[in-house]
Amino acid sequence: MYRVRLWSVRRSRQMEWLYNTFNPLVVKLLRGVVKVFGTRLDKPITAVEAAAKGFFFDCKMCGDCALSKTGMSCPMNCPKTIRNGPCGGVRENGMCEVKPEMRCVWVAAWDGASRMEHGDAIKDVNFALDHRLKGKSSWLKLARDD
Amino acid sequence: MTDRATIDAEGLNPGDPLAMLPGHVSHGRFERVLRAGHFAVSTEIAPPDSADPEEVLRRASLFDGYVDAINATDGSGANCHMSSLAVCAVLTREGYSPIIQVSCRDRNRIAIQGDLLGASALGVCSVLCLSGDDVSVGDHPEAKPVFDFDSVSLLQTVRTLRDESRFLSGRQLDLPPRLFLGASINPFAPPHTARVAQFAKKVSAGAQFVQSQYCFDIDMARDFMARARDLGLTQDCYVLMGVGVLASAKTAKWLKGAIPGVHIPDHVIRRLEQAEKPKAEGRKIAVELMQQLAEIDGISGIHLMAYKQEEWVGEIVTQSGVLQGRKPWAPTHLSHITQPAKA
Repeated sequence: MYRVRLWSVRRSRQMEWLYNTFNPLVVKLLRGVVKVFGTRLDKPITAVEAAAKGFFFDCKMCGDCALSKTGMSCPMNCPKTIRNGPCGGVRENGMCEVKPEMRCVWVAAWDGASRMEHGDAIKDVNFALDHRLKGKSSWLKLARDD
Repeated sequence: MTDRATIDAEGLNPGDPLAMLPGHVSHGRFERVLRAGHFAVSTEIAPPDSADPEEVLRRASLFDGYVDAINATDGSGANCHMSSLAVCAVLTREGYSPIIQVSCRDRNRIAIQGDLLGASALGVCSVLCLSGDDVSVGDHPEAKPVFDFDSVSLLQTVRTLRDESRFLSGRQLDLPPRLFLGASINPFAPPHTARVAQFAKKVSAGAQFVQSQYCFDIDMARDFMARARDLGLTQDCYVLMGVGVLASAKTAKWLKGAIPGVHIPDHVIRRLEQAEKPKAEGRKIAVELMQQLAEIDGISGIHLMAYKQEEWVGEIVTQSGVLQGRKPWAPTHLSHITQPAKA
Protein backbone atom coordinates (compact mmCIF):
# COMPACT_ATOMS: atom_id res chain seq x y z
CA MET A 1 0.00 0.00 0.00
CA TYR A 2 1.33 3.38 -1.05
CA ARG A 3 0.80 5.08 2.33
CA VAL A 4 2.38 2.29 4.31
CA ARG A 5 5.28 2.29 1.86
CA LEU A 6 5.91 6.00 2.54
CA TRP A 7 5.58 5.37 6.28
CA SER A 8 8.23 2.62 6.07
CA VAL A 9 10.64 5.00 4.35
CA ARG A 10 10.00 7.65 7.01
CA ARG A 11 10.94 5.02 9.59
CA SER A 12 13.87 3.72 7.59
CA ARG A 13 16.15 3.79 10.62
CA GLN A 14 13.83 1.62 12.69
CA MET A 15 13.29 -0.65 9.69
CA GLU A 16 17.04 -0.96 9.36
CA TRP A 17 17.27 -1.91 13.03
CA LEU A 18 14.58 -4.56 12.56
CA TYR A 19 16.35 -5.86 9.48
CA ASN A 20 19.76 -6.02 11.14
CA THR A 21 18.33 -7.69 14.23
CA PHE A 22 16.02 -10.25 12.68
CA ASN A 23 17.49 -10.96 9.28
CA PRO A 24 20.38 -13.10 10.59
CA LEU A 25 17.92 -15.02 12.77
CA VAL A 26 15.47 -15.57 9.93
CA VAL A 27 18.26 -16.72 7.64
CA LYS A 28 19.59 -19.08 10.31
CA LEU A 29 16.13 -20.52 10.91
CA LEU A 30 15.51 -20.92 7.20
CA ARG A 31 18.84 -22.63 6.75
CA GLY A 32 17.64 -25.26 9.22
CA VAL A 33 14.24 -25.49 7.51
CA VAL A 34 15.87 -25.94 4.11
CA LYS A 35 18.12 -28.68 5.50
CA VAL A 36 15.16 -30.62 6.86
CA PHE A 37 12.46 -29.96 4.30
CA GLY A 38 14.44 -29.25 1.13
CA THR A 39 12.24 -27.25 -1.24
CA ARG A 40 8.93 -28.54 0.16
CA LEU A 41 8.25 -25.39 2.23
CA ASP A 42 9.41 -22.90 -0.42
CA LYS A 43 5.89 -21.96 -1.44
CA PRO A 44 4.52 -21.01 2.01
CA ILE A 45 7.78 -19.27 2.97
CA THR A 46 7.69 -17.27 -0.25
CA ALA A 47 4.03 -16.41 0.41
CA VAL A 48 4.87 -15.12 3.92
CA GLU A 49 7.71 -13.00 2.55
CA ALA A 50 5.51 -11.62 -0.24
CA ALA A 51 2.73 -10.74 2.23
CA ALA A 52 4.99 -9.10 4.82
CA LYS A 53 7.17 -7.12 2.41
CA GLY A 54 4.19 -6.44 0.20
CA PHE A 55 2.40 -4.77 3.11
CA PHE A 56 5.32 -2.63 4.28
CA PHE A 57 7.13 -1.87 1.03
CA ASP A 58 4.84 -2.75 -1.90
CA CYS A 59 7.45 -5.42 -2.59
CA LYS A 60 7.33 -6.78 -6.12
CA MET A 61 9.23 -10.00 -5.29
CA CYS A 62 12.11 -9.36 -7.66
CA GLY A 63 13.93 -12.12 -5.80
CA ASP A 64 17.03 -10.03 -5.12
CA CYS A 65 15.99 -7.68 -2.35
CA ALA A 66 17.82 -4.34 -2.27
CA LEU A 67 15.72 -2.58 0.41
CA SER A 68 18.57 -2.27 2.92
CA LYS A 69 20.63 -0.51 0.24
CA THR A 70 17.86 1.72 -1.09
CA GLY A 71 16.65 3.60 1.96
CA MET A 72 13.86 1.01 2.48
CA SER A 73 12.18 2.19 -0.73
CA CYS A 74 11.62 -0.74 -3.11
CA PRO A 75 13.21 0.16 -6.49
CA MET A 76 10.88 -2.18 -8.34
CA ASN A 77 8.06 0.30 -7.75
CA CYS A 78 9.84 2.66 -10.14
CA PRO A 79 7.93 2.42 -13.45
CA LYS A 80 11.29 1.94 -15.17
CA THR A 81 12.43 -0.50 -12.45
CA ILE A 82 15.63 1.53 -12.11
CA ARG A 83 17.95 0.00 -9.51
CA ASN A 84 20.46 2.85 -9.56
CA GLY A 85 18.30 5.93 -9.44
CA PRO A 86 16.97 8.49 -9.66
CA CYS A 87 16.54 9.06 -13.39
CA GLY A 88 16.68 12.57 -14.80
CA GLY A 89 12.93 13.00 -15.06
CA VAL A 90 11.95 13.66 -11.45
CA ARG A 91 9.36 16.46 -11.24
CA GLU A 92 10.18 19.67 -9.38
CA ASN A 93 7.85 18.58 -6.56
CA GLY A 94 9.71 15.27 -6.21
CA MET A 95 7.00 13.21 -7.88
CA CYS A 96 7.51 10.53 -10.54
CA GLU A 97 7.61 11.59 -14.19
CA VAL A 98 5.57 8.59 -15.29
CA LYS A 99 3.11 8.51 -12.38
CA PRO A 100 2.69 12.12 -11.22
CA GLU A 101 0.56 10.98 -8.26
CA MET A 102 3.43 8.88 -6.85
CA ARG A 103 6.46 10.18 -4.99
CA CYS A 104 9.61 9.25 -6.95
CA VAL A 105 10.81 5.94 -5.53
CA TRP A 106 14.38 7.23 -5.62
CA VAL A 107 13.61 10.57 -4.00
CA ALA A 108 12.16 8.45 -1.20
CA ALA A 109 15.17 6.13 -1.30
CA TRP A 110 17.77 8.88 -0.84
CA ASP A 111 15.61 10.40 1.86
CA GLY A 112 15.31 7.06 3.67
CA ALA A 113 19.01 6.33 3.28
CA SER A 114 19.91 9.68 4.87
CA ARG A 115 18.40 8.44 8.15
CA MET A 116 19.99 5.01 8.11
CA GLU A 117 23.16 3.98 9.87
CA HIS A 118 24.48 2.24 6.76
CA GLY A 119 22.63 4.54 4.38
CA ASP A 120 25.77 5.10 2.32
CA ALA A 121 25.18 1.69 0.75
CA ILE A 122 22.84 3.52 -1.63
CA LYS A 123 25.97 4.84 -3.35
CA ASP A 124 27.07 1.34 -4.35
CA VAL A 125 26.35 0.27 -7.89
CA ASN A 126 23.58 -2.32 -8.16
CA PHE A 127 24.10 -4.68 -11.03
CA ALA A 128 21.29 -5.58 -13.44
CA LEU A 129 18.73 -7.95 -12.02
CA ASP A 130 18.72 -11.68 -12.75
CA HIS A 131 15.20 -12.03 -14.12
CA ARG A 132 15.10 -15.75 -13.34
CA LEU A 133 14.71 -14.79 -9.67
CA LYS A 134 11.41 -12.99 -10.18
CA GLY A 135 8.70 -14.28 -7.83
CA LYS A 136 11.23 -16.21 -5.77
CA SER A 137 12.07 -15.62 -2.12
CA SER A 138 15.05 -13.40 -1.24
CA TRP A 139 15.10 -14.93 2.24
CA LEU A 140 15.48 -18.44 0.86
CA LYS A 141 18.14 -17.18 -1.54
CA LEU A 142 20.14 -15.85 1.40
CA ALA A 143 19.62 -19.12 3.32
CA ARG A 144 20.83 -21.17 0.37
CA ASP A 145 23.66 -18.85 -0.78
CA ASP A 146 26.00 -19.44 2.15
CA MET B 1 45.21 20.10 -46.15
CA THR B 2 45.97 17.22 -48.48
CA ASP B 3 49.48 16.58 -47.25
CA ARG B 4 50.78 13.18 -46.26
CA ALA B 5 50.67 13.94 -42.53
CA THR B 6 46.97 14.69 -42.68
CA ILE B 7 46.26 11.51 -44.58
CA ASP B 8 48.31 9.51 -42.08
CA ALA B 9 46.53 11.12 -39.17
CA GLU B 10 43.00 11.19 -40.52
CA GLY B 11 42.94 8.31 -42.99
CA LEU B 12 42.49 8.33 -46.72
CA ASN B 13 38.74 8.52 -46.68
CA PRO B 14 36.71 10.49 -44.19
CA GLY B 15 35.15 7.33 -42.78
CA ASP B 16 38.45 5.57 -42.05
CA PRO B 17 39.18 4.98 -38.38
CA LEU B 18 41.81 7.25 -36.88
CA ALA B 19 44.88 5.86 -35.19
CA MET B 20 44.29 5.30 -31.49
CA LEU B 21 46.44 7.63 -29.42
CA PRO B 22 48.18 6.45 -26.24
CA GLY B 23 45.92 6.61 -23.21
CA HIS B 24 42.79 6.72 -25.35
CA VAL B 25 40.05 4.11 -25.31
CA SER B 26 38.59 4.89 -28.74
CA HIS B 27 39.66 5.86 -32.24
CA GLY B 28 37.31 8.80 -32.06
CA ARG B 29 37.81 12.46 -32.72
CA PHE B 30 35.56 13.46 -29.83
CA GLU B 31 37.77 11.75 -27.27
CA ARG B 32 40.81 13.33 -28.95
CA VAL B 33 39.37 16.83 -28.64
CA LEU B 34 38.55 16.42 -24.95
CA ARG B 35 41.82 14.72 -24.00
CA ALA B 36 43.76 17.42 -25.85
CA GLY B 37 42.21 19.88 -23.40
CA HIS B 38 40.07 21.74 -25.91
CA PHE B 39 36.69 23.11 -24.91
CA ALA B 40 34.29 20.88 -26.85
CA VAL B 41 30.85 21.40 -28.33
CA SER B 42 28.46 18.56 -29.03
CA THR B 43 24.96 18.76 -30.40
CA GLU B 44 21.97 16.58 -31.09
CA ILE B 45 20.65 15.38 -34.43
CA ALA B 46 16.98 14.55 -34.67
CA PRO B 47 16.77 11.18 -36.48
CA PRO B 48 14.28 11.52 -39.35
CA ASP B 49 10.94 9.76 -39.72
CA SER B 50 12.28 8.39 -42.94
CA ALA B 51 14.46 5.67 -44.45
CA ASP B 52 16.44 8.29 -46.37
CA PRO B 53 20.17 8.49 -45.54
CA GLU B 54 20.47 11.79 -47.44
CA GLU B 55 18.11 13.37 -44.93
CA VAL B 56 20.46 12.33 -42.11
CA LEU B 57 23.42 13.89 -43.90
CA ARG B 58 21.45 17.03 -44.71
CA ARG B 59 20.59 17.46 -41.03
CA ALA B 60 24.17 16.78 -39.95
CA SER B 61 25.63 19.21 -42.48
CA LEU B 62 24.00 22.09 -40.59
CA PHE B 63 26.60 21.53 -37.86
CA ASP B 64 29.66 21.33 -40.14
CA GLY B 65 32.60 23.12 -38.62
CA TYR B 66 30.84 24.03 -35.38
CA VAL B 67 30.61 20.85 -33.32
CA ASP B 68 32.95 18.06 -32.24
CA ALA B 69 30.33 15.35 -31.87
CA ILE B 70 26.74 14.68 -32.84
CA ASN B 71 24.43 12.74 -30.54
CA ALA B 72 22.00 10.54 -32.42
CA THR B 73 19.00 10.20 -30.14
CA ASP B 74 17.46 6.79 -29.50
CA GLY B 75 13.71 7.10 -29.80
CA SER B 76 13.74 10.35 -27.83
CA GLY B 77 10.62 10.98 -25.81
CA ALA B 78 9.73 7.33 -26.53
CA ASN B 79 8.74 8.33 -30.05
CA CYS B 80 9.67 6.18 -33.02
CA HIS B 81 12.30 7.52 -35.45
CA MET B 82 15.23 6.11 -37.43
CA SER B 83 17.43 4.16 -35.02
CA SER B 84 20.43 5.76 -33.38
CA LEU B 85 22.70 3.00 -34.65
CA ALA B 86 21.61 3.55 -38.26
CA VAL B 87 22.00 7.33 -38.03
CA CYS B 88 25.48 6.84 -36.56
CA ALA B 89 26.44 4.40 -39.33
CA VAL B 90 25.38 6.88 -42.02
CA LEU B 91 27.39 9.60 -40.26
CA THR B 92 30.59 7.62 -39.69
CA ARG B 93 30.81 6.82 -43.40
CA GLU B 94 31.29 10.54 -43.99
CA GLY B 95 33.78 10.87 -41.18
CA TYR B 96 31.55 12.50 -38.60
CA SER B 97 31.97 11.72 -34.89
CA PRO B 98 28.54 10.57 -33.81
CA ILE B 99 27.68 9.58 -30.25
CA ILE B 100 25.32 6.63 -30.23
CA GLN B 101 22.63 7.00 -27.58
CA VAL B 102 21.51 3.75 -26.05
CA SER B 103 18.34 3.74 -24.01
CA CYS B 104 17.32 0.81 -21.82
CA ARG B 105 13.66 1.14 -22.73
CA ASP B 106 13.50 -0.89 -25.92
CA ARG B 107 16.13 -3.61 -25.81
CA ASN B 108 17.36 -6.24 -23.40
CA ARG B 109 20.96 -7.19 -22.62
CA ILE B 110 21.24 -9.54 -25.58
CA ALA B 111 20.18 -6.90 -28.10
CA ILE B 112 22.15 -4.07 -26.52
CA GLN B 113 25.45 -5.92 -26.32
CA GLY B 114 25.05 -6.99 -29.94
CA ASP B 115 24.32 -3.41 -30.99
CA LEU B 116 27.37 -2.12 -29.14
CA LEU B 117 29.65 -4.50 -31.02
CA GLY B 118 27.90 -3.53 -34.24
CA ALA B 119 28.26 0.17 -33.49
CA SER B 120 31.98 -0.16 -32.95
CA ALA B 121 32.29 -2.24 -36.13
CA LEU B 122 30.56 0.56 -38.04
CA GLY B 123 33.04 3.15 -36.80
CA VAL B 124 31.09 4.59 -33.88
CA CYS B 125 33.56 5.64 -31.17
CA SER B 126 31.40 7.18 -28.44
CA VAL B 127 28.33 5.97 -26.62
CA LEU B 128 25.89 7.69 -24.26
CA CYS B 129 24.13 5.39 -21.80
CA LEU B 130 20.61 6.43 -20.83
CA SER B 131 17.72 4.90 -18.93
CA GLY B 132 15.32 6.39 -21.45
CA ASP B 133 11.87 7.90 -21.27
CA ASP B 134 9.01 5.62 -20.36
CA VAL B 135 6.89 4.30 -23.22
CA SER B 136 3.82 5.98 -21.72
CA VAL B 137 5.00 9.46 -22.81
CA GLY B 138 5.65 8.51 -26.43
CA ASP B 139 3.68 7.75 -29.56
CA HIS B 140 3.44 4.01 -28.84
CA PRO B 141 2.19 3.94 -25.23
CA GLU B 142 0.93 0.39 -25.76
CA ALA B 143 4.50 -0.90 -26.27
CA LYS B 144 6.19 -3.20 -23.79
CA PRO B 145 8.79 -1.34 -21.72
CA VAL B 146 11.97 -3.43 -21.37
CA PHE B 147 14.32 -1.77 -18.86
CA ASP B 148 16.46 -4.87 -18.46
CA PHE B 149 19.28 -2.47 -17.54
CA ASP B 150 19.28 0.99 -16.07
CA SER B 151 21.77 3.63 -17.16
CA VAL B 152 24.30 2.59 -14.52
CA SER B 153 24.22 -1.15 -15.21
CA LEU B 154 24.41 -0.31 -18.91
CA LEU B 155 27.60 1.69 -18.28
CA GLN B 156 29.05 -1.27 -16.42
CA THR B 157 28.13 -3.52 -19.33
CA VAL B 158 29.89 -1.37 -21.95
CA ARG B 159 32.94 -1.23 -19.73
CA THR B 160 32.89 -5.00 -19.35
CA LEU B 161 32.69 -5.49 -23.12
CA ARG B 162 35.49 -3.01 -23.76
CA ASP B 163 37.92 -3.54 -20.89
CA GLU B 164 37.39 -7.22 -20.13
CA SER B 165 36.67 -8.19 -23.72
CA ARG B 166 33.74 -10.40 -22.77
CA PHE B 167 29.97 -10.49 -22.75
CA LEU B 168 28.17 -10.36 -19.41
CA SER B 169 27.77 -14.13 -19.78
CA GLY B 170 31.54 -14.43 -19.60
CA ARG B 171 31.94 -15.50 -23.22
CA GLN B 172 35.10 -13.93 -24.69
CA LEU B 173 35.12 -11.43 -27.55
CA ASP B 174 37.65 -11.72 -30.35
CA LEU B 175 37.86 -7.95 -30.61
CA PRO B 176 36.34 -5.67 -27.98
CA PRO B 177 34.41 -2.52 -28.95
CA ARG B 178 36.50 0.66 -28.65
CA LEU B 179 33.99 3.02 -27.13
CA PHE B 180 34.45 6.30 -25.27
CA LEU B 181 31.90 5.93 -22.53
CA GLY B 182 29.36 8.58 -21.63
CA ALA B 183 26.37 9.12 -19.38
CA SER B 184 23.81 11.79 -18.68
CA ILE B 185 23.44 13.89 -15.56
CA ASN B 186 20.68 16.18 -14.40
CA PRO B 187 21.90 18.61 -11.75
CA PHE B 188 18.63 20.53 -11.95
CA ALA B 189 16.06 17.99 -10.73
CA PRO B 190 15.30 16.68 -7.25
CA PRO B 191 16.61 15.08 -5.10
CA HIS B 192 19.27 17.80 -5.32
CA THR B 193 21.48 16.44 -2.55
CA ALA B 194 21.72 13.09 -4.35
CA ARG B 195 22.57 14.42 -7.80
CA VAL B 196 26.32 14.65 -7.28
CA ALA B 197 26.33 11.19 -5.67
CA GLN B 198 24.45 9.88 -8.70
CA PHE B 199 27.10 11.48 -10.94
CA ALA B 200 29.78 9.78 -8.83
CA LYS B 201 27.98 6.47 -9.23
CA LYS B 202 28.05 6.85 -12.99
CA VAL B 203 31.75 7.68 -12.96
CA SER B 204 32.48 4.63 -10.83
CA ALA B 205 30.43 2.54 -13.29
CA GLY B 206 32.67 3.73 -16.12
CA ALA B 207 31.47 7.13 -17.38
CA GLN B 208 34.32 9.08 -18.99
CA PHE B 209 32.19 11.97 -20.14
CA VAL B 210 28.76 13.22 -19.14
CA GLN B 211 26.26 15.43 -20.92
CA SER B 212 23.68 17.20 -18.83
CA GLN B 213 20.01 17.99 -19.15
CA TYR B 214 19.24 21.62 -20.17
CA CYS B 215 20.92 24.13 -17.92
CA PHE B 216 19.00 27.38 -17.53
CA ASP B 217 20.06 28.06 -13.96
CA ILE B 218 23.69 29.10 -13.80
CA ASP B 219 23.79 29.28 -10.00
CA MET B 220 22.62 25.69 -9.71
CA ALA B 221 25.26 24.64 -12.24
CA ARG B 222 27.98 26.45 -10.27
CA ASP B 223 26.89 24.81 -7.04
CA PHE B 224 26.72 21.37 -8.63
CA MET B 225 30.16 21.72 -10.20
CA ALA B 226 31.68 22.89 -6.92
CA ARG B 227 30.40 19.77 -5.20
CA ALA B 228 31.53 17.58 -8.11
CA ARG B 229 35.01 19.11 -7.96
CA ASP B 230 35.14 18.46 -4.21
CA LEU B 231 34.63 14.77 -4.92
CA GLY B 232 37.31 14.87 -7.62
CA LEU B 233 34.81 13.82 -10.27
CA THR B 234 35.99 16.33 -12.85
CA GLN B 235 39.43 14.75 -12.83
CA ASP B 236 38.04 11.42 -13.99
CA CYS B 237 35.24 12.61 -16.22
CA TYR B 238 34.63 15.36 -18.79
CA VAL B 239 31.50 17.40 -18.15
CA LEU B 240 29.54 18.85 -21.07
CA MET B 241 26.73 21.04 -19.79
CA GLY B 242 23.49 21.01 -21.73
CA VAL B 243 22.27 24.25 -23.24
CA GLY B 244 18.88 24.62 -24.90
CA VAL B 245 17.55 27.15 -27.36
CA LEU B 246 14.10 28.41 -26.40
CA ALA B 247 11.92 29.71 -29.24
CA SER B 248 9.44 31.59 -27.03
CA ALA B 249 8.03 31.90 -23.54
CA LYS B 250 5.34 29.46 -24.63
CA THR B 251 7.92 26.84 -25.58
CA ALA B 252 9.71 27.42 -22.29
CA LYS B 253 6.51 26.89 -20.30
CA TRP B 254 5.66 23.83 -22.35
CA LEU B 255 9.13 22.34 -21.81
CA LYS B 256 8.91 23.02 -18.12
CA GLY B 257 5.48 21.45 -17.84
CA ALA B 258 5.67 18.59 -20.31
CA ILE B 259 9.25 17.37 -19.94
CA PRO B 260 9.84 16.33 -16.35
CA GLY B 261 13.32 17.15 -15.11
CA VAL B 262 13.61 20.39 -17.07
CA HIS B 263 14.08 23.33 -14.75
CA ILE B 264 13.61 26.83 -16.19
CA PRO B 265 13.72 29.72 -13.70
CA ASP B 266 10.94 32.30 -13.91
CA HIS B 267 13.34 35.11 -14.80
CA VAL B 268 14.27 33.32 -18.03
CA ILE B 269 10.59 32.95 -18.98
CA ARG B 270 9.95 36.60 -18.11
CA ARG B 271 12.85 37.66 -20.29
CA LEU B 272 11.35 35.79 -23.24
CA GLU B 273 7.91 37.25 -22.57
CA GLN B 274 9.22 40.78 -22.53
CA ALA B 275 11.44 40.38 -25.57
CA GLU B 276 10.38 42.00 -28.84
CA LYS B 277 11.88 39.13 -30.80
CA PRO B 278 11.57 36.08 -28.54
CA LYS B 279 13.36 33.75 -30.94
CA ALA B 280 16.44 35.97 -31.10
CA GLU B 281 16.24 36.42 -27.33
CA GLY B 282 16.20 32.64 -26.89
CA ARG B 283 19.38 32.36 -28.91
CA LYS B 284 20.94 35.20 -26.92
CA ILE B 285 20.13 33.38 -23.69
CA ALA B 286 21.83 30.26 -25.07
CA VAL B 287 24.93 32.26 -26.06
CA GLU B 288 25.16 33.87 -22.64
CA LEU B 289 24.69 30.57 -20.83
CA MET B 290 27.43 28.99 -22.93
CA GLN B 291 29.81 31.81 -22.06
CA GLN B 292 28.98 31.63 -18.36
CA LEU B 293 29.26 27.84 -18.25
CA ALA B 294 32.61 27.91 -20.04
CA GLU B 295 33.93 30.01 -17.15
CA ILE B 296 33.08 27.38 -14.54
CA ASP B 297 36.00 25.29 -13.41
CA GLY B 298 35.60 21.64 -14.39
CA ILE B 299 33.28 22.12 -17.36
CA SER B 300 34.93 20.74 -20.50
CA GLY B 301 32.32 21.53 -23.05
CA ILE B 302 28.77 22.36 -24.05
CA HIS B 303 26.08 20.01 -25.30
CA LEU B 304 23.89 22.28 -27.41
CA MET B 305 20.37 20.98 -27.94
CA ALA B 306 18.60 23.12 -30.51
CA TYR B 307 15.60 21.01 -31.38
CA LYS B 308 13.84 22.46 -34.44
CA GLN B 309 16.35 25.34 -34.39
CA GLU B 310 19.30 23.37 -35.71
CA GLU B 311 20.01 25.92 -38.43
CA TRP B 312 21.06 28.38 -35.70
CA VAL B 313 23.65 26.11 -34.07
CA GLY B 314 26.52 27.58 -36.11
CA GLU B 315 25.63 31.15 -35.26
CA ILE B 316 25.13 30.40 -31.57
CA VAL B 317 28.44 28.56 -31.28
CA THR B 318 30.28 31.33 -33.17
CA GLN B 319 28.74 34.11 -31.09
CA SER B 320 29.50 32.35 -27.83
CA GLY B 321 33.19 32.17 -28.70
CA VAL B 322 33.60 29.04 -26.57
CA LEU B 323 35.67 27.36 -29.29
CA GLN B 324 38.20 30.22 -29.04
CA GLY B 325 38.75 30.25 -32.78
CA ARG B 326 39.16 26.50 -33.11
CA LYS B 327 37.30 25.03 -36.07
CA PRO B 328 36.04 21.48 -35.47
CA TRP B 329 36.55 18.95 -38.21
CA ALA B 330 33.92 18.80 -40.93
CA PRO B 331 33.65 16.44 -43.88
CA THR B 332 34.23 19.21 -46.44
CA HIS B 333 37.79 19.57 -45.15
CA LEU B 334 38.69 16.20 -46.59
CA SER B 335 35.97 15.57 -49.11
CA HIS B 336 38.41 15.91 -52.01
CA ILE B 337 40.54 13.02 -50.73
CA THR B 338 38.41 10.24 -52.07
CA GLN B 339 41.11 8.79 -54.28
CA PRO B 340 44.50 7.53 -53.10
CA ALA B 341 46.84 10.50 -53.06
CA LYS B 342 49.85 10.30 -55.35
CA ALA B 343 52.79 11.01 -53.15
